[in-house]
Amino acid sequence: MKFALAVYGAPANSQAPQSALHFARALVAGGHEIVRLFFYQDGVNTATAIAQPPQDESDLPAQWQAFIQEQQLDAVVCIAAALRRGVVDQTEAERYQLPGSNLRDGYELSGLGQLVDAVLVADRVVTFGA
Amino acid sequence: MSQSVCIISTRAPYSGQSAREALDAVLVCASYDVPATLLLMGDGVLQLLKGQDSEHIPRKNLSAMLQVLPLYGIETIHVDETSLLERGLDAGELCQAVTVVSQDQLPLFIGQHSKVLNF
Repeated sequence: MKFALAVYGAPANSQAPQSALHFARALVAGGHEIVRLFFYQDGVNTATAIAQPPQDESDLPAQWQAFIQEQQLDAVVCIAAALRRGVVDQTEAERYQLPGSNLRDGYELSGLGQLVDAVLVADRVVTFGA
Repeated sequence: MSQSVCIISTRAPYSGQSAREALDAVLVCASYDVPATLLLMGDGVLQLLKGQDSEHIPRKNLSAMLQVLPLYGIETIHVDETSLLERGLDAGELCQAVTVVSQDQLPLFIGQHSKVLNF
């Protein structure tokens, strides 16, 4: 079955990105297809490259990135939600003359249309952190 | 079954960005010609309270933003009756006409859509 996952919670204040990662791993193990991961609302913070959790705690952004790259998943971060919360790629950093960029490799900034597109393509949409 | 999306918005208008970002999802669905329905549940029903003056917070007035929906072909907002009752509200106290969905109708109503996005 084709699944799209939408993640709305941030690693530091929600269990959503952790639950979503467990679910995504189970989907892959079960032979399902993940058509898109869409990070929206506070979920965009999952894609930051400059969060550094304490060493004795799990580094969720790093785990998500490794999973995305290993499975070659389409991971989209909502651009409007990300700009509002300080997650930007090099292009946006230059556009708005920001002092740096912090979007992890493996993710792409794009519009909400990518969520709508995923909703249409997938058999099931599962949201985390509503 | 042709595609349609039910967007359920459950947060109060100025509690974080959830209500605003749920509305954005409705508008984007509509602009992609995907039939979309907005269903307010829980504290989401507060998004339509009359007399919102958000200037001092300062935030954009969400109830005013909800009034653009007809321009996108979304003629009515659906509101969960139980959520209204739990908050001592009557549909007549809201700032625009809504379609009230009773608890009995709710599963059927949501089930009419091919997909649901929860906010």
